[in-house]
Amino acid sequence: MRQDRVSALLADVPAGPLRPWPRHEVDAAVFATIAEALGAGERELLALWGEPGRVHMAIRMVGEMPCVISTAVVDGRFPSVGRWHPPAIRPERAIRDLFGYEPEGAPDIRPWLDHGAWDRSAPLGAAGPAVRRDPADYEMLPVIGEALHQIPVGPVHAGIIEPGHFRFTANGETVVRLEERLGYVHKGIDALTTDVPIARAAERVARLSGDSTVAASFAFARAVEAALGITAPPRAAAIRGVMAELERLANHFGDVGAICNDAAFAIVLAHCGIFRERILALSAAVFGHRLMMDTIVPGGVAANITAEAARMIVATLDALLPAFDEIVRLYEDTPSIQDRTCGTGHLAADLAVRFAAGGPVGRASARDFDARRDLAYPPYEGRAFDVPVFTAGDVDARIRVRIGEIAASATLIRALLGTMPEGPILAPVPEAVAPCEGIAVTEAFRGDLLVWVRLAAGGRVARCHVRDASWFQWPLLEAAIEGNIVADFPLCNKSFNCSYSGHDL
Amino acid sequence: MRTLILKSLFARPVTVPAPDPATAALEEVGRALEARVRRVYGRSLAIREVDAGSCNGCELEIHALNNAVYDCERFGLRFVASPRHADVLMVTGPVTRNMRVALERTYAATPDPKWVVAVGDCGAGCGVFEGSYAVVGAVDKVIPVDLTIRGCPPRPIDLLQGLVALIDQAAKARPGAETIRAR
Repeated sequence: MRQDRVSALLADVPAGPLRPWPRHEVDAAVFATIAEALGAGERELLALWGEPGRVHMAIRMVGEMPCVISTAVVDGRFPSVGRWHPPAIRPERAIRDLFGYEPEGAPDIRPWLDHGAWDRSAPLGAAGPAVRRDPADYEMLPVIGEALHQIPVGPVHAGIIEPGHFRFTANGETVVRLEERLGYVHKGIDALTTDVPIARAAERVARLSGDSTVAASFAFARAVEAALGITAPPRAAAIRGVMAELERLANHFGDVGAICNDAAFAIVLAHCGIFRERILALSAAVFGHRLMMDTIVPGGVAANITAEAARMIVATLDALLPAFDEIVRLYEDTPSIQDRTCGTGHLAADLAVRFAAGGPVGRASARDFDARRDLAYPPYEGRAFDVPVFTAGDVDARIRVRIGEIAASATLIRALLGTMPEGPILAPVPEAVAPCEGIAVTEAFRGDLLVWVRLAAGGRVARCHVRDASWFQWPLLEAAIEGNIVADFPLCNKSFNCSYSGHDL
Repeated sequence: MRTLILKSLFARPVTVPAPDPATAALEEVGRALEARVRRVYGRSLAIREVDAGSCNGCELEIHALNNAVYDCERFGLRFVASPRHADVLMVTGPVTRNMRVALERTYAATPDPKWVVAVGDCGAGCGVFEGSYAVVGAVDKVIPVDLTIRGCPPRPIDLLQGLVALIDQAAKARPGAETIRAR
């Protein structure tokens, strides 16, 4: 049966040393067939990354446990996945830049992360001498048409935001094509998490994207724990959940305000800015850091929640939620803002599915996926919570998903605090006796965040890869803006709120 | 909307510090800053923020300076959209190799007199990204830096305190108000 060709191919392939998902080593032909199956929509792609001599992809069939497919790089080549499945194109270009491996049959081999400014080429692979290029020397996709003009924006933008280049091609006011060029904040996270002590790697993963630091540390800790076959104590899991939901609250408050502000509806930003600040101040009071950086560690958490702190959290939520409801009513009762958000930046549902778009971007376009529920992990396992899903796929829907999630997160925090188990908050982390691998996904505020880690014997990280949700959302922004006016780009962009740093690695 | 505005009219401003040491410090720092900016510079300071490689943690906290709680504009500190309008570049790092040229060009586009503030442990040193092939390092490896504000990320109150230090430094460095920096 065609639907099952991937399962049939993998049935006889032994699963490798990865935990908790199986990892199958396959040859290039099988790898290519699975890539083709991805393109046919039989599986979704969760991640695609490299290591010396090997390329891995994490894939998932809806309703089943994901798995990782690995293939050896032969003569510096591996079969292109992007040839069949467009979401793989950028990860593949990144592998080509970092390792120097050629994706055979790839539709696009322009450099992605390598802007010609590094002191070496293929820094994670053969590490040859660098070919320096002018950073502006990049072949943008051709646009042909008489009445078209181009608007280059960035890398340095007008607001307090991260750098990236956007090339708009417009017909009058209407955007007919947007092309992104990213990679400006590439810091070499994969290299910096190669052969380092676990604690060092944890610090660097926590700084992949500052706004998702809790989610990244959470995923990293769970990947390390999976590799070592340990679990964090129940109390630690509950505290992690509280932190993850506080991070979601802070970011969603900020986003709802910032999106409305991009349509000059500043009153929402003014109020949401205060809500966000209250959550950050609360996080600082409870966990000692406003963004809760480095508080989730392999084995558990580094900070406890006292009874007093729990009361403080509940009191803050009691004060914020009704005030936020009032702002939501204001948003809903104001036609002038709705006029800007409704129908703007429409993302088609089939694209969201094809790119396995996570977070509010996917859920606003009917993709009903939330890693907390669908790849359940402690403390969310066995808990019922709302996962708001909308079908409109526009800026308004992405705002409404966030509004719904704010309520759901507050309910979750209250439930977690109400059922907080007693006991230790940190389990001992043994040294690995032999190399072992772990993988984990957490639901960050912007979507699913995946961490794969291989530990060497003796307590060091041999290799690590982090895949932020932005990888599969950035390309969709290019699709969502098509046919909109240039002036609505900030609105669309903010409603996606992809991470530059999280993507650029 | 009407109820909300009415409520705002009668509500106490959120900006007024509660009897909490942190917010009290904020008010103190802010007042000192305002007086100095006016004495040294004669008007407000226009700040251009440049992310030269940050994880975006610093950006979140710099953003917070604009919210109703910190409200930096009441002290004459204003974030502007172009380096050509700026007196101060607030740069977060570590400066990546891919951002080096963009940072140099931004600096060149900022009219003299200008100050540069390197923000965060990465902008001030190289932070946790030390040793990567992809980063140049601290901001001062690329452009001259007048002040560093450390922290990972620095809290908004730290940022305000840092800006006071900047004005102090600038006041010491030059007696007249015409040239702000002899470099």
